[in-house]
Amino acid sequence: MSGWRWLTAALLSALTAWLAGCASPGIGPSPAGTGDLGVVVERASGTLAIVNTSRRLALGKVAGLGDLSHASVVFSRDGASAYVFGRDGALTRVNLLTRRTEARVQQAGNSIGGAISQDGTLVAAQNYQPGGIKVFDAKTLTLVADIPAEYAPGKLSRVVGLADLPGRRFIFSLFDAGQIWIADLSGPGAPVLTKFENVGSQPYDALLTPDGRHYIAGLFGEDGLAMIDLWAERPVVRRILAGYGRGEVPLPVFKMPHLRGWAVAGRLAYLPAIGRHEVLVVDTESWLEVARIAVAGQPVFVIAQPDGRQVWVNFAVPNYDQVQVIDTLTRQVVRTLQPGKAVLHMEFTPRGDTVWISSRDANHVSVIDTRSFETLATLPLEAPSGVFFTSRAARLGF
Amino acid sequence: MCLMRHGQRRTEWRPLMAATAGLWLAVGAAAAQPDTHRQQQLVRLVRQDCGSCHGMKLTGGLGPALTREALADRTVDTLASTIFHGRPGTPMPPWRSIISEGDATWIAERLLAGFPQEAR
Repeated sequence: MSGWRWLTAALLSALTAWLAGCASPGIGPSPAGTGDLGVVVERASGTLAIVNTSRRLALGKVAGLGDLSHASVVFSRDGASAYVFGRDGALTRVNLLTRRTEARVQQAGNSIGGAISQDGTLVAAQNYQPGGIKVFDAKTLTLVADIPAEYAPGKLSRVVGLADLPGRRFIFSLFDAGQIWIADLSGPGAPVLTKFENVGSQPYDALLTPDGRHYIAGLFGEDGLAMIDLWAERPVVRRILAGYGRGEVPLPVFKMPHLRGWAVAGRLAYLPAIGRHEVLVVDTESWLEVARIAVAGQPVFVIAQPDGRQVWVNFAVPNYDQVQVIDTLTRQVVRTLQPGKAVLHMEFTPRGDTVWISSRDANHVSVIDTRSFETLATLPLEAPSGVFFTSRAARLGF
Repeated sequence: MCLMRHGQRRTEWRPLMAATAGLWLAVGAAAAQPDTHRQQQLVRLVRQDCGSCHGMKLTGGLGPALTREALADRTVDTLASTIFHGRPGTPMPPWRSIISEGDATWIAERLLAGFPQEAR
């Protein structure tokens, strides 16, 4: 065999082996998991940044998602898909691994967020315009149910505080009607609605406790919150923390607090006061006020670390360049951080080693160590708002 | 009496608004116009911070739409007064601790003309 022939034969056999190798499993790029992935909303440009929380960097971006000025996200139970609810009423399913849009539907004129059912088969959007919720097949985004929040003939309420309940059910609050509804989609027919009326004036958002037992709606129109024990044989609405303002003139609320992203640490819940620069602490057994903690401004998010050891608080304009950390043993503010101007959101990595904080006007997301408070990384992103990690896929009410 | 903070005044706001708008004519007209730098700050404030209720594109949310079409029947004075003093019975807060009367008038004028985009 001449040298030339030998070389050709060797190259051919190498090529054949390489081609065969590509087709067999285990060779080539290794399959990626999604447990340390997440998304950051770039609100001004309608873009979603896909981030990796182990490597602390942005892997890529998905553009063309519309008006994301109040965008929120839920995840499929395999953690591979993010459902993005845009202000403009669009619902988009984005695959985090391929970084592609898999499905998109223009489902309303003005939307505020959504939820995914316990079994992962249904996605619901809560809408301001037209007021109500719409439920979609999680795979195809085809409409399964349209539930207008019609509280009086021809009158639709804006819907807030949507959360999933066990058994293909969704619970939500009607801002304009002062009502809380449960939609049960477990049967084959039309959704079965259970309505709680006169829950209080202007429920503005709500949370579901981590065990799925208690639904708590904040009230803008009066001092106090509306709470339902969903484990009760006949659930009723109960007022908690009534009159926490005690007749004082309220401070202006330049941004509505958000209750989802609960702060339940141990048996205590930490809740933002409205019109007061305080965090209210309530015992989730007795539902009585335990303490109130003075903070740097009108709280927007009050979020417990996954271990419940600390509670992190951010604020409305003009105090929104600060984040405060409350120690849950002493119930005192132990740190005040300034991660950048216009802090909009905070999200913990699944076991709470770091918190990711978005600073809209600083155009970055800070990755902060929850024990040392050191900034471990800074990701440059354009006007970042919501930060959402795939660990939400495994939590009720997220 | 229960401690209703906002809802109790719901029926009172219209006459109150008329009164404050009248006051606005007297006081607001003399207020100074914001300079170019301040105007840029105000555009950002409206787009981003008012945007948390009214939408970044001002198409509405918990607060009503603030597009030129949506505001067609409003006057500069009533809008400026609402911005400065807030609107009791609704989530609209008074912004007077953050902006001046001149700022409020300028924002109202720009809203009626179709609000500018942020410089990028």
